[in-house]
Amino acid sequence: MPILEFKNVSKIYDNVTKALEDINFTVEEGEFISIIGPSGAGKSTLLRCINRLIDASQGEIIFDGQDITHVKGKELRSIRTKTGMIFQHYNLVDRLSVIENVLHGTLGKKSTISGMFGHYTEDEKTRAFKILKELGLGEFVYKRCDELSGGQKQRVGIARAIMQQPKLILCDEPIASLDPKASKVIMDQLVSINKNKKITCIVNLHQVDVALRYSTRIIGVASGKIVYDGLPENLNQETIHKIYQSNANDLITDVSGGVHGER
Amino acid sequence: MVKDKQTIFQKRKIAYFTVFSSILALYILSSIVTEFKLTDGVMAFPEAASWIVHKFVPDAKAFTRFPKIMDRLLETALLSVAVTSIATVVAFIFSLFGSRTLKSHGILNQAVRMTAAFFRNVPDVVWAMLLMFSFGQNILTGFLALFFSTFGMLTRSFIETIDEVSSACVEALDATGANFAQIVFQGVIPSTVTALITWALYMIETNIRSATLIGILTATGIGYLFDMYYKRLEFGSASLVVICIVVLVIIIENISNKLRKVIS
Repeated sequence: MPILEFKNVSKIYDNVTKALEDINFTVEEGEFISIIGPSGAGKSTLLRCINRLIDASQGEIIFDGQDITHVKGKELRSIRTKTGMIFQHYNLVDRLSVIENVLHGTLGKKSTISGMFGHYTEDEKTRAFKILKELGLGEFVYKRCDELSGGQKQRVGIARAIMQQPKLILCDEPIASLDPKASKVIMDQLVSINKNKKITCIVNLHQVDVALRYSTRIIGVASGKIVYDGLPENLNQETIHKIYQSNANDLITDVSGGVHGER
Repeated sequence: MVKDKQTIFQKRKIAYFTVFSSILALYILSSIVTEFKLTDGVMAFPEAASWIVHKFVPDAKAFTRFPKIMDRLLETALLSVAVTSIATVVAFIFSLFGSRTLKSHGILNQAVRMTAAFFRNVPDVVWAMLLMFSFGQNILTGFLALFFSTFGMLTRSFIETIDEVSSACVEALDATGANFAQIVFQGVIPSTVTALITWALYMIETNIRSATLIGILTATGIGYLFDMYYKRLEFGSASLVVICIVVLVIIIENISNKLRKVIS
């Protein structure tokens, strides 16, 4: 059974701007999918439709066997607990400690009162410690998040997502603000979560070479439409140019030659 | 290309010239209408200064009234603190519904913003005069007048702070499935608390000054004392009142600066 299914999904902003147009795709459990495409192509909108941070205008979204297109309130929150999200700018509560931010991953399953005042069970705390240790943040547990580097903050973001014990992790440009070294750490960790914890990952990326190297499947989006959906191996130069609506030698990947040089 | 650049620079020059000459024209026009003469104003300055130096200094009689002045000053200061504390709490609750970050219902959102704008844009002195009809000349009138304008001001500032500082973490907590109350307590409050306290401290300072002015109208607090001494032509005592207010505001400014450093 597929974990996620988009059926004819469209998103129109203010009755004018078409952000997504007739999107159809199916995600099987355990996939590691990269969504690539130019800025403003609708990648972020697509990702946010999955956990309903943005509501689709038309079509149907089926997640984990349930039509979630119009769910509201408590039901919507319970679906959100099953999807973790990682952001380009980490979106942590900077003034709180690392452990507190990680424990935020449990809020959706807690009672309102204990969530409000941050009463976490021993079990939850132990799990948070374990996750932080696995991600190499063992020594930063009690640090305030604004004292961390970008790469460390993103790892806290990942920890928060894992804490949710999700079936699916959505990553919105997870490495766009990181240096190459930190980027590798983050991508490696995402892959290891995908493999070891069997969590499906959907990652928005700007870096085509990273997408080719890490993902099991690539979806290319241009002007709100899917223009490529398939294996990384089958993605050729021509298609890349179609995705980015560019001509030969206009892209940075053309210069580095990384796309085909390595493969 | 070169031509484009020239026109940009020319446009910039014309813009500066237009702004400057309009300000000048406005000044000249309004001076003519109100029959204000800058030279007269400047000429009157030395005389006014010498009056202040000779008459507006505390005399021996003023110091006998010092305990009374301190008593009233304390009353005014505590009133400002009380007003600001309550207004901070109420304004924070309102601002949660006025912020765009927390996506409260559109109509509620607009209603909060308009309420805040209304209370903010009616000056506190006008509030005091209006409220005197219902509550008479007493401390409650002053309290409410200050409360209304502080509430309006803080609600607006809090809305802006929340939208600016916590939109990112609110999105993340929303994505985890947390509910409204949890998002407020775990995301909005921790990320904005220093900014909120800074605003509240600033409003305490402002309110001590405003409370003085309102006190003149409502015959309460330090404002009343100043008004009374001034009208009795006891300028020595009136000047001591002014000095005491200035010293108090400076002390409070220093305390709030220190507090801000501690909490940041």
